[in-house]
Amino acid sequence: MREQRWFSNSWSDSGIHPGVIVVAVFLIAYPWFTSDFFTFQIGAYSLILATIALSLMMLAGYGGMISLAQLTAAGLAGYTVAILGENSVGVMGLGWPWWLTVIIAISFAAVFSSFVGAISVRTEGIYTIMITLAIAVAFFFFVRQNYVIFNGFTGFAGVEPPTLFGIYWRNPTPFYYLTLVIAALSMAAVFYISRSTFGLSLQAIRDNPRRMRSLGFNVPFHRIFAYFLSGIIAGTAGVLLVWFNGRISPGSIGVDVVIDILVIAVVGGLRHPIGPFLGAIAFVLLENFAIDLIDRERFNTVIGLAFLLIVLFSPDGMLGLWHRLRNKFRTARENRLAMNGVNKIDPHSQESFDNP
Amino acid sequence: MLKTLKKLFLVVALIAFSTGAMAQDTIKMGALATLEGAFAVLGEDSLRGVQMALAEFGNSAGGKNIELITGSSDASPDSAIRAARKLVEQDGIQVLVGPLSGSEGLAIKDYAKTQPNVTFLNGSSAAQDTTLRESAENFFRFSTEGAQWMAGLGEYAYNEKGYRTVAVLAEDYSFPYTQVFGFLEPFCRLGGKAPLDARFWVPIGNKDYSSVIAALPDDVDAIYVALGGADAINFLTQYEQAGGDAPLIAGSITVDQSVLGSKGPTRKFVVGTPSAGPISDTWDNPNWNAFVAAYQEQFPDGFPSPSLFAHAYYINTKAALLGLEAVGGDLSDGGAALRAALSALEFDTPTGMVKLDERRNAIADIFLTEVIEGPDGNLVNKTISVTKGVSQTFGLPYDEFLKYGQVSRENPSCE
Repeated sequence: MREQRWFSNSWSDSGIHPGVIVVAVFLIAYPWFTSDFFTFQIGAYSLILATIALSLMMLAGYGGMISLAQLTAAGLAGYTVAILGENSVGVMGLGWPWWLTVIIAISFAAVFSSFVGAISVRTEGIYTIMITLAIAVAFFFFVRQNYVIFNGFTGFAGVEPPTLFGIYWRNPTPFYYLTLVIAALSMAAVFYISRSTFGLSLQAIRDNPRRMRSLGFNVPFHRIFAYFLSGIIAGTAGVLLVWFNGRISPGSIGVDVVIDILVIAVVGGLRHPIGPFLGAIAFVLLENFAIDLIDRERFNTVIGLAFLLIVLFSPDGMLGLWHRLRNKFRTARENRLAMNGVNKIDPHSQESFDNP
Repeated sequence: MLKTLKKLFLVVALIAFSTGAMAQDTIKMGALATLEGAFAVLGEDSLRGVQMALAEFGNSAGGKNIELITGSSDASPDSAIRAARKLVEQDGIQVLVGPLSGSEGLAIKDYAKTQPNVTFLNGSSAAQDTTLRESAENFFRFSTEGAQWMAGLGEYAYNEKGYRTVAVLAEDYSFPYTQVFGFLEPFCRLGGKAPLDARFWVPIGNKDYSSVIAALPDDVDAIYVALGGADAINFLTQYEQAGGDAPLIAGSITVDQSVLGSKGPTRKFVVGTPSAGPISDTWDNPNWNAFVAAYQEQFPDGFPSPSLFAHAYYINTKAALLGLEAVGGDLSDGGAALRAALSALEFDTPTGMVKLDERRNAIADIFLTEVIEGPDGNLVNKTISVTKGVSQTFGLPYDEFLKYGQVSRENPSCE
């Protein structure tokens, strides 16, 4: 499994790679040495966007299905929280307890995502993109023009996370840890799924659906179930997103944001669950600071150019850059070892760079 | 590539850590405008207004230099909050001017409540509730709002034009609601009618108005249109092509220079359209003429004449600078003295005197205009009259005004 090798080729031998521990310690200690702004708007926001993009990465990377409706599933969950919970707009806001609204919101997102899957499951490639984009745009216009339930253009404001254990969860540090835990759980779940029987069948279906069908696998069911699982992840991130912003309106789920999620997933890399996280960090940093680097009328050009360069030089996104660098070092080391007469070349090590 | 990224991160880190070490003789001011999305052109013009005010003061106030930091949104409340949070919490600005559009203003007002030590001045956002209901102690609006901008128009349409029944066509969000309310309230009080089934609400950026045009009733005397920019041009063109001939009444950004400057048969069609707003391009007044001349000189590639966005940002920025002068640039008390000075501030703008009411919303003059064909064939807005000292509550006591209820698609009902 090439996923295992991303951290190290000795993953299976020695358990956890030291790099993982370093990253984990860094992420846990992060709020202690940064300002509230970096904890909340850079840290937590990156993690939320990354989790939504992770749900796309799971579909695209393991299932070969690029769905642009993942943000829509997240947005539906966010709207559900605002509608069933409390808001300050005076429309809906049924005031249900937070745990109930969260559970319902995530289930709605999962069911919605399955529904998107059911519609698009028999399409491939560009047609999947078109259908899911159409669903995303339709939902955007629907919420913008529906005033009875979704409060139209204005949307909802004043959506607060609950105060639990005496902690107000919107405060930067608690909220950061909340998003970190959710993101880590989602990533672990995607890891687990990718290696489960289901995940392996899904990857096989991605590579050759016809063969899997003739072997007796139910291809549409596998795909729809993948949509269902990704809907759970997207929905959970959607709840966090509405808590983060404190508000949700059609602008939160518009086409430009849909594309942002796709950019995050692609720029980060679609082959490994860590990809969306790299992409989200780069995206959020650029979004926040590009305006300081250059004339304010041109800063969107900087963002565009940065992403263009990444995709141009590495079709696999930032992950691909890392792979390439690591490979360079490894080849050098292997050459050295080879000179010493030791052959330690992993026969599969090149494979992951040739496969899309 | 990785090197580039590394450099980028270094720069980012430098910016992050340099904020603490700023010299004490500098005041950081943030300007938040829509530099992305549908309103990007308007956002750029609004920043011209900020720059004009800064240039007028030589980039300093109260003996301290003003450092301007720009933030950008895409007109969605989410992005406005994110940009404001970055300016306040990361860049450490002490005074913020912005945002541009109505729903953003409502969001920034809510955010202002969480940052009591930062002073917020409105940009050009003109939704009523930004200051009318649950206002924030540290949010000031020296520009007026959408309902105030309509001052005098309802009376003019009823008394002078003789209209009795109007249809309404407007974009579907908080700012046009405010404008429709501001027009209909006096119009209906005089006895005018605007049936609910003759009110049409379209999304921003709507391209096709054929269904609206087909549904417009024949028995109305005029159509009140509150659309902005490209939306207005699209509607006017299609209405003219469909053979429509009902007279129009326009919202504050419906017959501005971007619409009047467009070519085609629409031009003749809009002659005689009354409108009202915080500025009038052709107002013959030395202060206004000087303002326009300064704008044209400073920004040769700007609009022919400053838009109401540049005007609103200019006034709010100038108010901030005057306030800073008054306190000698001393913000060591978390800006409390500055806010006290702003509350009491009264100053002369290119469009007359401005002061604040007790909810920190401007009381200012409003212009009633009508589209005419100028001597050189260009369409211009002729100033009909100036309504002095328009307040947010139309001169009513606050509690009484609140009885009108929140602006919405059905307020006032006018039946």
